Amino acid sequence: MPPTVRLEVSRYRPEQEDKPAFQTYEVPFRDDWVVLDALNHVKDQMDGSLSFRWSCRMGVCGSCGMMVNGRPKLTCAAFLSEHLPGPIRVEPLNYFPIIRDLIVDITDFLEKLKKVRPWIVRDQVLPLEKGEYRQTPEQLDVYRQFSQCINCMLCYAACPVVGLEPEFVGPAAIALAQRYNLDSRDDGAKQRLKILSDHAGIWGCTFVGECTQVCPKHVDPAGAIQQYKLAGAVDMLKSFLMPWGTR
Amino acid sequence: MDIFGCDVLVVGGGGAGLRAAIAVAETFPGLSVTVISKVYPMRSHTVSAEGGAAAAIKPADSRDAHAYDTISGGDWLCDQDAVEAFVQEAPAEMLQLEHWGCPWSREPDGQIAVRPFGGMKNQRTWFAADKTGFHMLHTLFQTSLKYDGIRRHDECFVTKLLSDDGRCQGVVAIELATGKIQAITAKAVILCTGGCGKIFPFTTNANIKNGDGMALAYRAGAALKDMEFVQYHPTGLPFTGILITEATRAEGGWLLNKDGYRYLQDYDLGTPQPQPVLRSMELGPRDRLSQAFVKEQEKGRTLKGPYGDYVHLDIRHLGNQVIDTKLPFVRELCAKYVGLDPVKEMIPVRPVVHYMMGGIHTDINGATPMPGLYAAGEAACVSINGANRLGSNSLTECLVFGARSGKAAAAFASGQRAPNPSVLAQAHDEARRLEEQFLRKTGGTERIATLRLAMQETMEQSAGIYRDASALQHSAVKLQQLQERSRDLALEDRSYTFNTELTAALELAYMLDLAQVIVASALHRQESRGSHQRTDYPERDDLHFLAHSLAVRAENGLPRIEHSPVTITRWPPGERVYGR
Repeated sequence: MPPTVRLEVSRYRPEQEDKPAFQTYEVPFRDDWVVLDALNHVKDQMDGSLSFRWSCRMGVCGSCGMMVNGRPKLTCAAFLSEHLPGPIRVEPLNYFPIIRDLIVDITDFLEKLKKVRPWIVRDQVLPLEKGEYRQTPEQLDVYRQFSQCINCMLCYAACPVVGLEPEFVGPAAIALAQRYNLDSRDDGAKQRLKILSDHAGIWGCTFVGECTQVCPKHVDPAGAIQQYKLAGAVDMLKSFLMPWGTR
Repeated sequence: MDIFGCDVLVVGGGGAGLRAAIAVAETFPGLSVTVISKVYPMRSHTVSAEGGAAAAIKPADSRDAHAYDTISGGDWLCDQDAVEAFVQEAPAEMLQLEHWGCPWSREPDGQIAVRPFGGMKNQRTWFAADKTGFHMLHTLFQTSLKYDGIRRHDECFVTKLLSDDGRCQGVVAIELATGKIQAITAKAVILCTGGCGKIFPFTTNANIKNGDGMALAYRAGAALKDMEFVQYHPTGLPFTGILITEATRAEGGWLLNKDGYRYLQDYDLGTPQPQPVLRSMELGPRDRLSQAFVKEQEKGRTLKGPYGDYVHLDIRHLGNQVIDTKLPFVRELCAKYVGLDPVKEMIPVRPVVHYMMGGIHTDINGATPMPGLYAAGEAACVSINGANRLGSNSLTECLVFGARSGKAAAAFASGQRAPNPSVLAQAHDEARRLEEQFLRKTGGTERIATLRLAMQETMEQSAGIYRDASALQHSAVKLQQLQERSRDLALEDRSYTFNTELTAALELAYMLDLAQVIVASALHRQESRGSHQRTDYPERDDLHFLAHSLAVRAENGLPRIEHSPVTITRWPPGERVYGR
């Protein structure tokens, strides 16, 4: 085991620099340290001006996504030992505007998320006094995996279409739309399909499948997009064949 | 400086904050409500909660049984009127979340499933596998998006409460992305900023849990209640402090010492049975289990590891199927962070700081004595948790008292005149303070991390699972020194763009204030009750201390401790009995 490992960290302070540049830090190597621990070591002991987001350190809050040696990773789950001998390059997530250092601007995602109506849409609302909507474990299994998205943005940073087509709704938001479409309690699939078809929503995807590869929660956004395209195509066909109504 | 106004301002976008905001939007649609949070709402620490949320819905259960478990679990320091309201409203709140789409785990016929939990005599803990907090938070956040009346200030860090005529009228905040100062005036403010586990070195709490709201309220003159009660969760992973949910024990997991012996049987928690028994052994309350660990450690029967002593949590006998359907996150966390598979190996665990029973003193509607100021969730102390919270009551508390405080704050706001323009002068003063004391501060020799670590160490040494007067007094002196040293911080970052050194310095200041409050409250309570165990006063003393402690900031900046009575309705103080 090496005593230290070299981090090459992308720095960008808009008041000081025109564009990002790498700064090198030599940090202690520890077997149980993740990249985030090394960044915190830098911040606490070496350079208080380094900025990055983090919170839970257990892979569920979704704050600490960064590019590690060119791959989008949750830095709280990326062990130094997996990246030996170094140097380890740490950069902000691809395709997002950089606010500073390792912090990117994700407001565009939040707007897209809201656009797909990620909430239960009901034709008829059951009063609370009537109890729960019944949903069997099998019905839950149908959408369960899509409900695991932590909004960490790794899939956007892995998706070449996101880089080329700013209107593309993107993997996580589509997966979350599909999470509600497949929920037995929801009647909103038609509304969402219309929204996704209208906005360069799903058709931009070229099936690279990188989103599913990098997802730390095994959500499979690529699968969601494929399901969606099929539903969209069927819906379009129906409107040609049955112009009087598709219900 | 940017100036905003709204009717109700919610500080914090976790479970309690989002529930409060939705309650405002639904009950008073004409009011404007803003949620301000230092992180995006879905990053809030509610996300890390695992095991479940309690509400009595099954025919074999009752609200009174839930109330009794909560009150005895809290060693009779709970306010029983608050507990009665809590257990009464819990089922409807949980159902509401189901209607909003929370993916609750189900029975084969589609009904809500419930699981056992520590200190609960009946099965009443709703769960979404073992990611309950994550699913609740995302359900609330995504549902909140459908209310156009809810505005958000994401990634804005609150530094001060604005008040005039003794009435809370808004906040001052830093917009992190730009460094711009925001003055947000409001007719009512609800603090939902969560706990402050980061005051301690070894905690399940996320980096953002620095007690911001508690410190803001305390500095504004509000009282902090029962702050000596700090919950150690018995099963954290060594080094990372990652929580291994109580649901592991609810499903049948065992705690074993170095000899493979279920040691809880030696601590008046019952006799071991192969199947889990409610309110017994591994399903005892967290305070008693964490205390048993320390006793076991003193007897030399724990195991030694690089990150301190530990015991084993054994869930191997549950088998693949149960672990994968009911505890998948435990398996994921063990694989990722300890490199072991709990299907085949035992999990090393030790007690870890998890939750603050204490918090901002509120009434049953989340109102503080300061007009216009409300609090809910872990930041608040209503108190339903007394001297020890039962697992799975806190998520439900976020819903019940989030909703209650939202409604109460909205009703208050609709009858209020607009905020007084004079508070804007305070906002300008605050902007100047931030410039002078932080952004333009020169000189200084101390590192933030050094002081933070020193604070954490003294807190663990003095205000841990067992306490005594001499350690607490020593700690009080040490904390005062750290306060003084914190005025001499060396700050390197002059940027207005996402300056996380600035926020770390402000968070350290919040935590130091609260550490002093915890130590002063712990010194004052000369008895042992629930999570507060004084080796120099080992018995519960109802004659003198069946009372809440209220910490108020005195002129000299130090906490002064006062008392308020505990509300007893139907359950007179008695013995806490587990396993017999």
